[in-house]
Amino acid sequence: MTKWNDLLEKNGKVPPWPYPIRYDEEHEIDTDILVIGGGIAGCWAAISAARNGVKVAMVEKADTIRSGSGGPGCDHWCVTPANPHSKVDPDDWAKRLVEHPVHAGQPPTEPLPLAYSNGIGTQIQCREDFDTLLELEQMGGKIRDVDDEYVGAEGRYDDTKFMFSPRMSPNHATEVTIRVWGTTFKPALKKECQRLGVKIYDRVMVTSLLTEGGVQGAKVVGATGFNDRNGEFMVFKSKAAVLATAGNSSLWFLNTELAGYNTFPNSRTKCGDGMSMAWKAGAELTLMEQTGMHMIGTGLKHTWYGGSGDASFENLQQVDAHGKKLPWPLQGWPDGGDMRPSPEGMQKIIQGIKDGTYALPFYGDFPAMPDIERRVTWELMLGEESTTKNITNSYEKAGFNPAKHLLMNFLLMEGNGPANWRTSGAGGLTVDWDLKSSLDGLYVAGGQMFAAGDHSYAASTGRYAGRKAAAYVKQTGESKISRDQVTLEKARIYAPIKRSDGVDWKELHAGIARAMQYFCSEYKTGLLLNMGLDALKEIEEVFVPRLYALDPHKLMRSIEDLCLLTHGQIVLNASLARQASSRPLNFFRIDYPEVDPPDWNKFITVKLENNKVKTGEMPLNYWGDMKTNYEARNKDYTGVYKGK
Amino acid sequence: MPQKQIYALPNIVSPANPVIFNPDICNGCNTCVEVCQIDVFIPNPEKGKPPVILHPDECWYGGCCVNHCPLPGAISFNWPVQQRAYWKDKATGKVLRDSQ
Repeated sequence: MTKWNDLLEKNGKVPPWPYPIRYDEEHEIDTDILVIGGGIAGCWAAISAARNGVKVAMVEKADTIRSGSGGPGCDHWCVTPANPHSKVDPDDWAKRLVEHPVHAGQPPTEPLPLAYSNGIGTQIQCREDFDTLLELEQMGGKIRDVDDEYVGAEGRYDDTKFMFSPRMSPNHATEVTIRVWGTTFKPALKKECQRLGVKIYDRVMVTSLLTEGGVQGAKVVGATGFNDRNGEFMVFKSKAAVLATAGNSSLWFLNTELAGYNTFPNSRTKCGDGMSMAWKAGAELTLMEQTGMHMIGTGLKHTWYGGSGDASFENLQQVDAHGKKLPWPLQGWPDGGDMRPSPEGMQKIIQGIKDGTYALPFYGDFPAMPDIERRVTWELMLGEESTTKNITNSYEKAGFNPAKHLLMNFLLMEGNGPANWRTSGAGGLTVDWDLKSSLDGLYVAGGQMFAAGDHSYAASTGRYAGRKAAAYVKQTGESKISRDQVTLEKARIYAPIKRSDGVDWKELHAGIARAMQYFCSEYKTGLLLNMGLDALKEIEEVFVPRLYALDPHKLMRSIEDLCLLTHGQIVLNASLARQASSRPLNFFRIDYPEVDPPDWNKFITVKLENNKVKTGEMPLNYWGDMKTNYEARNKDYTGVYKGK
Repeated sequence: MPQKQIYALPNIVSPANPVIFNPDICNGCNTCVEVCQIDVFIPNPEKGKPPVILHPDECWYGGCCVNHCPLPGAISFNWPVQQRAYWKDKATGKVLRDSQ
């Protein structure tokens, strides 16, 4: 008996809500630094701030022990040019990454004509990623083959027992990406937070940033939130806050019927909360007009890593139905771990399918791999990466044996999703060299800043933001929160629980997604984008007042919908502001068809001032010389933590 | 045939069983309830029993519930039918599927 309706059938009644309901209670927490989001970036920010001797509170919607995109695991520590086996200089590598942004696999060989990168975060990552990894080892994270399980694997160094991935390292030219045992990371990070006295508030959703005097654009002095199990209201007062929330994977699309939220690359906890609260507080954002395509995991497609060919399937030859090798990258050392064929290569494969050269279905030929490499890919990479352990374990239980079986590749059989099923792009908050946002008292870490990277980027920028926020706190005064702002927010948050009928969170989410599909999709015009703003305004004015939530969990989902709504509004405003088309931004306006005209090769920024949208711009390299500026601001950097 | 009580239930949220508990092994410690990112489970009102799957439609198959479980075998994955993989035996050419 495990389903709620089983209980209903057994007892003749619905089970009661299992947690005490405390909607009327309010708690105020006073801290030096408030970390919003307890994922990889948040934990690292909290640890680094606490090590700098300030009082830290960290708020997390789930349980910090396994929360966030990196909670289940991680197999690649991607950007460690400062490691002892690296063949590249960290500053050179940072420059190269900024010129060749990495989307999947290796950067292109030639510099891109135009790249929307983040030179600040990338420089920090290249300088400090390896130190961050070593600190992780101090905490109990496993980062090398200490048990000698993979002696003889290509890329393993016997002296340090580090294991390198071919990613971004064609024929070992760079050795910058280290294979790691990431399922050990999150519990180690939570334990370290606890050891350092970080106050962790799990199962609390932050709903708004509080600003001095409640004024938009003023210094951030705290935040509000509520417990998503018991409904209790929380007010946090802080001298500085680090925003370490995540992006958003479902603004254009909702479907939970086919395979739950397995239909998205990320869990529901990622729905633009951070961007939404920062926007309302008056913070500046950029790249919000960029979008991507749902590659896999759209509900009508296979789950992440469920078929061969996704990111962690390294050194695995793809073959056709008759065993013929496909001109598809191996994700191995010869191709630097490249994940997909070039557009021309893909066209050749598709043509080959049509003319009978290659027979569907395609497979990943595990049995053809040398035993040691097969174990590395199947056990280490797939076993340690994010949500993939459930795949290796359950497939094995069902009889799959990589020494005997070829795993089907579903990518081409599934076809492309509709163009209006989109994902958010690399939009986020703008930052300075301290990773401070445009608002005083608000720092940013990981995926919440624009053009952010992956797991190790979140870790190293979190660690950096925590350090800088701690330094700021030591020279700033006490904060004062505006009671009026808290009262207004409390009324907004609790509105859905006062109703027991109307529009539920799923219906509202799907309605917001449909507006985005219609008015902010493959091809855009000013007319459509303005209709999109009108559509979201209508949802806000007509349907949000009907939103109802029967318990604190559904209240969380409902408030997340309001974040989605705000996120949609930001995207539409940013899309209106860019009056040109752009290939790297996957942004095409029918009314401004010229693609990447030189005048528009710049960051477009958006923010609220007195609740009016204000747009601006920044040059693509607004961060200046990366090496010089990093060094000027980090003279006191002490490297790997040596404290107790 | 003895008649089972039939209730007027709406369609059950699908997929309903992202995981399957083994009540002989699970001791109701609720570790999975705590580590789940999105609160798919609630504790069973009856102490010591496996948790109740309340929000299967929000499950993203992140795997923490199974991988973090202190009692191996107490909880196992159950992929929705449409998400089950296919593979091929290299020696025989037979195409197989996760059909446990």
